[in-house]
Amino acid sequence: MKLLLKGGRLVDPVSGRDEVVDIQIVDGTIERIAAAITASGGVKEIDLRGKIVAPGFIDMHVHLREPGYEHKETIESGCSSAAAGGFTAVCCMPNTNPAIDDESVARYVHEKGKAVCDGIVDVFPIAAATKGRKGEELSPMAELVQAGAVGFSDDGAPISSPEIMRRALEYSSMYGVPVIQHAEEASMTRDGCMNEGAMATRLGMPGIPPIAEELMIARDVILLRYTPKARYHVAHVSTRNALDHIRKAKLEGLNVTCEVTPHHFTITEEMVSGFDTNTKMNPPLRTKDDVAAMKQGLQDGTIDVIATDHAPHTIDEKEVEYTTAPFGIVGLETAVGLCLTELVDKKVLTIVQLIQKLSTNPRRLLSLPEIHIKEGEMANLTLLDPGLEWTVKTAEFHSKSKNSPFDGFRLKGRATGIINNGKVLLA
Amino acid sequence: MNKSKTIDSENFRRTVNRLAHEIVERNIGTDNLVIVGIRTRGEYLARRLAKKIEEIEGKSVQVGILDITLYRDDLRGRLDQPQLKSTEILFDITGKVVVLVDDVLFTGRTVRSALNALTDLGRPALIELLVLIDRGHRELPIKADFVGKSIPTSFKQEIKVMMTETDSEDSVYVLDVAEEEKETRQ
Amino acid sequence: MKLTSRHLLGLDGMAKEELALILDTAVSFREVLDRPIKKVPPLQGKTVVNLFFESSTRTRISFELAERRLSADVVNFTTAASSVSKGETLKDTARNIEAMKIDMVVIRHAAPGSAHFLTRVVDANVINAGDGTHEHPTQGLLDMYTLREKFGTLEGLRVCIVGDISHSRVARSNIFGLTTMGAKVSVCGPATLIPKDIEQLGVKVYHRLDGIIPEVDVLNVLRIQLERQKSGLFPSLREYHRFFGVTKEKVSKAPKPITIMHPGPINRDVELSADLADSEHSVILQQVTNGVAIRMAVLYLLGTTN
Repeated sequence: MKLLLKGGRLVDPVSGRDEVVDIQIVDGTIERIAAAITASGGVKEIDLRGKIVAPGFIDMHVHLREPGYEHKETIESGCSSAAAGGFTAVCCMPNTNPAIDDESVARYVHEKGKAVCDGIVDVFPIAAATKGRKGEELSPMAELVQAGAVGFSDDGAPISSPEIMRRALEYSSMYGVPVIQHAEEASMTRDGCMNEGAMATRLGMPGIPPIAEELMIARDVILLRYTPKARYHVAHVSTRNALDHIRKAKLEGLNVTCEVTPHHFTITEEMVSGFDTNTKMNPPLRTKDDVAAMKQGLQDGTIDVIATDHAPHTIDEKEVEYTTAPFGIVGLETAVGLCLTELVDKKVLTIVQLIQKLSTNPRRLLSLPEIHIKEGEMANLTLLDPGLEWTVKTAEFHSKSKNSPFDGFRLKGRATGIINNGKVLLA
Repeated sequence: MNKSKTIDSENFRRTVNRLAHEIVERNIGTDNLVIVGIRTRGEYLARRLAKKIEEIEGKSVQVGILDITLYRDDLRGRLDQPQLKSTEILFDITGKVVVLVDDVLFTGRTVRSALNALTDLGRPALIELLVLIDRGHRELPIKADFVGKSIPTSFKQEIKVMMTETDSEDSVYVLDVAEEEKETRQ
Repeated sequence: MKLTSRHLLGLDGMAKEELALILDTAVSFREVLDRPIKKVPPLQGKTVVNLFFESSTRTRISFELAERRLSADVVNFTTAASSVSKGETLKDTARNIEAMKIDMVVIRHAAPGSAHFLTRVVDANVINAGDGTHEHPTQGLLDMYTLREKFGTLEGLRVCIVGDISHSRVARSNIFGLTTMGAKVSVCGPATLIPKDIEQLGVKVYHRLDGIIPEVDVLNVLRIQLERQKSGLFPSLREYHRFFGVTKEKVSKAPKPITIMHPGPINRDVELSADLADSEHSVILQQVTNGVAIRMAVLYLLGTTN
């Protein structure tokens, strides 16, 4: 299949290219990049004037729910959701049933990713750091890396024991794979279901104190100082002070990176006041000040990655009392729109910086091969229309689950297609 | 809107005096007699009648105020919610002769509500109805025992009773209200 | 004037005029309660369901009396255990009951926001009779009514709520309602039972009763629950009683008598001494009587508007 991308703005942080060009792709390989290419016979031409061609986006924090919770999401529906949202790759978290704590499960997930949706979305498993995610014994990390795992995490739960965390950092450092911490001091968050503070007090809701997150990061930074060869990545950072701990550790030269979710830089705990369970996630929505801090952290580079923490739950699971509802919201199909609206359109980040946080940085920190947009390379691209205004309609999501607080939001900018592994998907 | 004064303040005073005399005459004195006014102008009328009766008989008569809001048959059909006020009848009406007082008798629905409200408060020996104006158009089989003045009206008209307790003067006006205006006011 | 919402979910965010309308309306119903026939017809033909997922005999009886005195048909659904444990969700329970054509639901449930949740799944008017640690609006209103009756106005009245503020829906509804009406509200309790940033709701925080007693007109004493001790929030009932229990001796230090309130049921001689609970300055029984009038007012105002 021959494809000609006409007149798009190529933005490639790897090569530093930022120019309007035509790109000809033949059977998935970039054949030619030039100022003006004339279409020859049998070429499908795509008009990309005013649009952006970027290296393929990766969401390094997704819950695909398979195996075990296929009623919420499957690898297939999750990949379909990722593709619709503009991602050519996802990393899936190990809190499945069974957990991804053994070679066979890791391989199953990785291979299944190639079999669904024509293989257009790469699925990289994040394996459990400890067996059964129980925080007691290390998982077989070496075998898991061989089976395709790109990181280790007990996400959904923290690695609580400092001893186990130390050993996980040490062991994983042999393979250059990061330990991804769900930073939460669990003894302080017991029944909590929203950010602790004036709003939780007003609503009479048990709180999750911001210090529960901050304490765990502070502790991990001390552990990391002791295990300097390890790579430590903080999942879904959400408070100003947490970010300050990470900023200082980075200045100190420690191997620490972090990610933020689109909801944590867009909306606040005020959203909880109507008791809509689609505002319940962990970490919880925080304050206005924290949202401002997230934007600042994105701008100054403290935050390396934007990842969704896509956490599907069915309507029946979410349509219950707030305190009993499960944590989490879906994010794959709103992420790019929220980033372009909240960050690029509001001039928090340049488009180049955004692409770094959605593609270059996460791939680098997970040691995935870089995407080169040049002649002779396989095309791995995300197409963006930064000016497209649209309304989020959860009912139209490709994901099996619709649990998003953004239903009805007006956004400016959207991914309009992806190209990967020789496959093309256009909106 | 056309407006004509049917009763002026002098006439108003005379009418109330006459009604007081009629009450005393029909009931042969004031023993066992109480007066209950329906909020709002029925209450003022009740007080004036009681005062006059006291002048005539040299004995005071007990006065109560009845709020019929809870007994209205149109409570749920209305767009606005009538302000609920208290019933203030600080005596037992059982066995008493109750003179129920209102300013205008029209469809009879207010009186129906008032009778229900009264019977929930006790079992009077007798209830008599007194109105300042009877304007006709009854929708229920109700008839007043004492009438200040009968004023035949059309549906297009409204009766406006003014009393110095809340208004600038004692008077009764007949107002011609255009149909469409009336509809919007209801 | 009428209420802006067709539900009563909480006093948070309600306008002063709305609160005043409910209190004024309750005055009329308070009069009805003194009549020989304590029944009036405005909710004739309406069906009210009392949906109680937590056992609370007092509140349920108060609502039921209010409903019956307004001539409504009343159905009680009471389950001590949460319906979730039986495998049926709150949503299913509510929808099932609504399918039986009911007009109003009074709900008591352990989860904060459960009354809000109900408004999203049923069409009936919803009245919150206590949603976990969030609000108990009719209790807040009856407390305000009782104080207004006693003091004439709530403006400038100095009220201190004593006890476990963190887990108290009564405290929250009182704080929202009283501050809106212009009262000066403070809270007093162990630091572990005062929720974070409560000052932002417009109240002052005290941790010593002797510090606040000279400064207030009213002490609203909350029930202390033993479970809180087990979760490590205070050390012992004995210590609680000694330092936060309201006693005759402690209130005798006030320059003038302090009015004592309690939402009930009282742990006598734990949070409140028995002699004080039964004293002339206690309005605890008036609170109970006024509760019926307040609930009649709320049911009437919500049930008779379109």
